[in-house]
Amino acid sequence: MASHEDKHEAPVVLNHPVPVRHPGRWISAIIILGALALFLQSLVTNPNFRWDIVGTYILDTKVVQGVGWTLLLTAAAMVLAIVLAILLAFMRQSENPVFRWSSWAWVWFFRGTPVYTQLVFWGLISVLYPKITAGIPFGPEWFAVDTSAVITTTAAAILGLGLNESAYLAEIFRAGLKSVDRGQEEAAAALGMGKTKIMWRIILPQAMRVIVPPTGNETIGMLKTTSLVLAVPFTLDLTFATNTLANRTYLPVPLLIVAAIWYLVITSLLMVGQHFIEAYYGKGVDNLAPAAINPAAAKAAAAMAPSAAAEPALKMDLPEDEAK
Amino acid sequence: MTITTENPLVRIEGLHKFYGQHHVLRGIDLEVNRGEVSVVIGPSGSGKSTMLRCVNLLETISAGRISVGGKLIGYREVNGRLHDLKTKEIAAQRREIGMVFQRFNLFPHKTALYNVMEAPVQVKGQSRDAARKRAMELLDRVGLSDHAGHYPSQLSGGQQQRVAIARALAMDPELMLFDEPTSALDPELVGDVLNVMKDLAQSGMTMIVVTHEIGFAREVGDRLTFMDGGVVVESGDPQEVLANPQHPRTKEFLSRVL
Repeated sequence: MASHEDKHEAPVVLNHPVPVRHPGRWISAIIILGALALFLQSLVTNPNFRWDIVGTYILDTKVVQGVGWTLLLTAAAMVLAIVLAILLAFMRQSENPVFRWSSWAWVWFFRGTPVYTQLVFWGLISVLYPKITAGIPFGPEWFAVDTSAVITTTAAAILGLGLNESAYLAEIFRAGLKSVDRGQEEAAAALGMGKTKIMWRIILPQAMRVIVPPTGNETIGMLKTTSLVLAVPFTLDLTFATNTLANRTYLPVPLLIVAAIWYLVITSLLMVGQHFIEAYYGKGVDNLAPAAINPAAAKAAAAMAPSAAAEPALKMDLPEDEAK
Repeated sequence: MTITTENPLVRIEGLHKFYGQHHVLRGIDLEVNRGEVSVVIGPSGSGKSTMLRCVNLLETISAGRISVGGKLIGYREVNGRLHDLKTKEIAAQRREIGMVFQRFNLFPHKTALYNVMEAPVQVKGQSRDAARKRAMELLDRVGLSDHAGHYPSQLSGGQQQRVAIARALAMDPELMLFDEPTSALDPELVGDVLNVMKDLAQSGMTMIVVTHEIGFAREVGDRLTFMDGGVVVESGDPQEVLANPQHPRTKEFLSRVL
């Protein structure tokens, strides 16, 4: 190839066309930046923002504890929702019609009623069922406990948020499982893998690529939905804490800003986490290992240590080695 | 119980397949001896892939029987009645039968090496080190040991198909099924895959190959079966069938593909 080029070694004259002008970009930039400048100026000059109060309360014990409770509720509700959603999505694909039907009914119910109503309901559960008993229907009882001892306000808040969320996540997981090519299941089945192994090791890891972005979205949504736990009533979360302080000081605006800042900080952190989870589940599809970029280096590495070259993303290798 | 006979390794008797009202396979009989390469050709829609997929139960069997190594596939026969096997028992039967697909179906989230290691570790319970060693040997055999760390999306179609062959071989099957293994490949990549299959045939593997590669059938096949309309039209020694087809439909098909 090179020798062929060498014969006619005329210097290449690059084209230097006159670029198209974009006056619209300049005009829009001036308008937006101007508006932004006005807004920033107001933040500084408008005394009603009371930035001194924001500074006083941003690290207030009640506020920081509220952040902690909000994070706890978000995490616990999402974990509960994800576990249920996987179960519901598997059941929906099951050959057992009772599983398919009950999964559908669950989604229908929990998605079809407002989360606020569900939270109020869980708060009232001990009125509806004063005792939780285990036994044979219309037969002997094995044990009985007071409902209010088991379903505390925290438990009620987590159950309310988690069960409602599970219905939405179940649909996200179902879409993810369906997005994986049927050939994957066939190939795994042809190797003699059982249904459970096929699901956990072949289908679900590929489905996660599709599942993670909307689940991240739902997690961020959940972070803010936790402010509804007032309905239980659960009174330790961030929104309730800042509202209480606002009512005491008669200064709602700076305390709303305190809450907003914290929600933004947590959301930003969640987005960073989501980025890494997406990168992990995108391996082999979205993000390729260095091996492809430099085949020669991969070849050398493979010759020296086949095991090391085999999985260039060693840090990301956890599921391979953990799963036994 | 059925009487087990060592030969032939694969026996397909009176196989029928319906998709609803659609009668795809209309009574197929085929026998494959141990170590034999049985090539199946025919126009698209002739049912050749469906027949192959029945052998490892990727399709259910509507009527007829298939046995591999003397064992009935998909059923247990008790007092003359067929009983469906459990999912686990079917999985166990599939372990003995390797399959290579037209569209490769490698696991895209795993590197070539992990694709090959997956089933031995997860299904056979081999240690990771033993499975890794064996996988590297198999990748070497298909000429891809230096691509072990590549993801399928970083491999050409021909390379992916060779990894898929190595993946199937890792389970040490007694029978290999090839479902149009070169049909999705660019023409210049077909040769590498066929060479691997030829090498495998020479090593004594029993193979059923559904293909459009007449040259492979002539050179490597021990038996050539021509299917059309869900029936076996003609079957015999590849050289003879290709040189001197007896049935007009075989003649017509061959005149179009040769």
